[in-house]
Amino acid sequence: MNVALVKNDSGPAASSVFAAAQGRLPGAGKVADIRREAFAAFERTGLPHRRIEEWKYTDLRALVREVLPLAGTPDAAALARAKVAIASVAIDGATKIVLVDGVVALELSDLAALPSGVSVRTLRALLDEQSNESRGDLLLTKASDPMLSLNAALATDGVVVTVADGVQLSSPLQLIHVATASKVARYSRSHVLIGQGARAALVENSIAAEGAAAYQANDAAVIWVGDEAALSHVRLMRDATDVVNVSSELFTVGAKSKLSLFNMTSGGAVSRLQAFITLAGEASELIVNGVNLLRDKQHGDMTLVVDHAVPGCTSRENFRAVLDDRAHSVFQGRIIVRQDAQQTDGKMMTRALLLSDEAEADSKPELEIFADDVSCGHGATAGALDDSLLFYLQARGLPEKQAQALLIQAFVGEAIEAIEDDDLRERVIAAAQDWLEARA
Amino acid sequence: MALLEIKNLQVRVEEREILHGLTLTIDAGKVHAIMGPNGSGKSTLSHVIAGKPGYEVTGGEILFKGEDLLAMAPDERAAKGVFLAFQYPVEIPGVATMTFLRTALNAQRKARGEEEYSTPDFLKKVREISKQLNIPQDMLKRGVNVGFSGGEKKRNEVLQMALFQPSLCILDEMDSGLDIDALRIAADGVNALRSPERSMIVITHYQRLLNYIVPDVVHVMSKGRVVKSGGKELALELEASGYAQFEDAA
Repeated sequence: MNVALVKNDSGPAASSVFAAAQGRLPGAGKVADIRREAFAAFERTGLPHRRIEEWKYTDLRALVREVLPLAGTPDAAALARAKVAIASVAIDGATKIVLVDGVVALELSDLAALPSGVSVRTLRALLDEQSNESRGDLLLTKASDPMLSLNAALATDGVVVTVADGVQLSSPLQLIHVATASKVARYSRSHVLIGQGARAALVENSIAAEGAAAYQANDAAVIWVGDEAALSHVRLMRDATDVVNVSSELFTVGAKSKLSLFNMTSGGAVSRLQAFITLAGEASELIVNGVNLLRDKQHGDMTLVVDHAVPGCTSRENFRAVLDDRAHSVFQGRIIVRQDAQQTDGKMMTRALLLSDEAEADSKPELEIFADDVSCGHGATAGALDDSLLFYLQARGLPEKQAQALLIQAFVGEAIEAIEDDDLRERVIAAAQDWLEARA
Repeated sequence: MALLEIKNLQVRVEEREILHGLTLTIDAGKVHAIMGPNGSGKSTLSHVIAGKPGYEVTGGEILFKGEDLLAMAPDERAAKGVFLAFQYPVEIPGVATMTFLRTALNAQRKARGEEEYSTPDFLKKVREISKQLNIPQDMLKRGVNVGFSGGEKKRNEVLQMALFQPSLCILDEMDSGLDIDALRIAADGVNALRSPERSMIVITHYQRLLNYIVPDVVHVMSKGRVVKSGGKELALELEASGYAQFEDAA
């Protein structure tokens, strides 16, 4: 029954998409077996829908309806368009890794001049050259989810980045996803390993080249943060307005480490970031903050599963949604505290600002606590801008829109301020201001 | 010459009429005190002049420098020179006081077709004023009024007055919540701003404030109207005899 529901009149069934993609997917033998198994796992549910608890508020079967054909390998014209697009987000001094329609574009990336201690391989090369050995693990994850399974089945390329033990990167790694094609889907899967005692910032952008529309993005990242390491991961999602972007990120954090994840979604028609984070080493610190800036009929979902598997870790989640028109924001945050994870300190806060009567915010915090000596809490609010603050600002000469913009900036600032790097924080603030200016 | 002319102003809040045909003229360069018991409509009047939403003007008019004030949005009134010092200034977390001051000042200047202040000029001006008002620099880095004491909030209002240089200042119950020392600092700041180009409306329940900010004219409000006007001696008279006589009269 599920297979039938994935079909619709205007698109092929997912199974024919998978069959048609075979010639383009790297890896044979065991890797191909893993892909087939992953696709079978996807087909058992099809596009996730509201009766699957984790997808209750983001019903892809209703919102998306079909799985689009796999994007082709970008040609020279596509790469030229991608090059123009990345200029708007490229960070000076960063090590850029560019994926165009899900395929690593070596000519647009800085792989020839990597900082010392950093290595980058492409997923395609790894799967192709070692297909009869055990590299199928690159497509396997502990978490199970239909869209992650679909990603494993169709992952076309990606990068495997290693930051060696003790390496302190002074400038960020920047992973830029660019879409150049329309009405096609991309599937990428990347791995990032931050070695013991290493320190790095990873910026991830998702953007569209001019003219790219109505594409589907399914990008996965598997990230390991070693003991005594630190990773700041900032994601800025600015897809074209009619796009579906479902990204999955899986983190495993070692002992005495710090992971700071920040996501801002301001583009796309339907977006979801699902992050599965396991705190696997003691005395580590996790910060996950997010901002959704949505208007029109945009739908944005941030879903977190934080697993405190060991004692003595802290986690903080702070999420803000600003919703105009008929936009819909979803925040789901589950904190699991395992029986052994004593002295866990986990706090979660989600706040939504509704700028229109027709906007909708859904928040679902969940605490699953099996240990008895923990401090955990969560809070959620939703409301309009405070009229008394607005009037104060207007009475001081700020026109209404400008007064609103200042208050909205302050509201999202509570989530942005956790980004420690001044330059990255300013970039995020500037991106939020772009959204506000488009509103004025 | 009149700076502000309020003629037969009738104002409702929801279904209740609060001002029943209030008439008042404020002269340029003068300090007018408006006194009256609780519920006489003093704060409503200040809010209507500043343009606070939630008040329905059902009759009358307000002319400011000869222009129809009620047709203007609150930010336009501010740019024209109307300043309301709030009885309870709000706290705005996440908006640094400096950012707020610069944004507001430049918004007013822009609305008047004036050039925006450069950052160094602005900083110099704010430092000068805050020094006079005994406002520490680190207070300006905090969110607007966040964690400020009652006295600090009122001084922040006076600082804005000094920075924006409005032609009409409305001080709504400036003495509420202030001890004598805090009141004196705030009042000194206000007195320093008295000039032939600036009028003030000092709204207060008590005569005490008027020992520090001495008015040129005193009006008594009761039940939504001005029932008596006179010189500064009227305030002393009220202090001695109370408001009861006017409640009956109105």
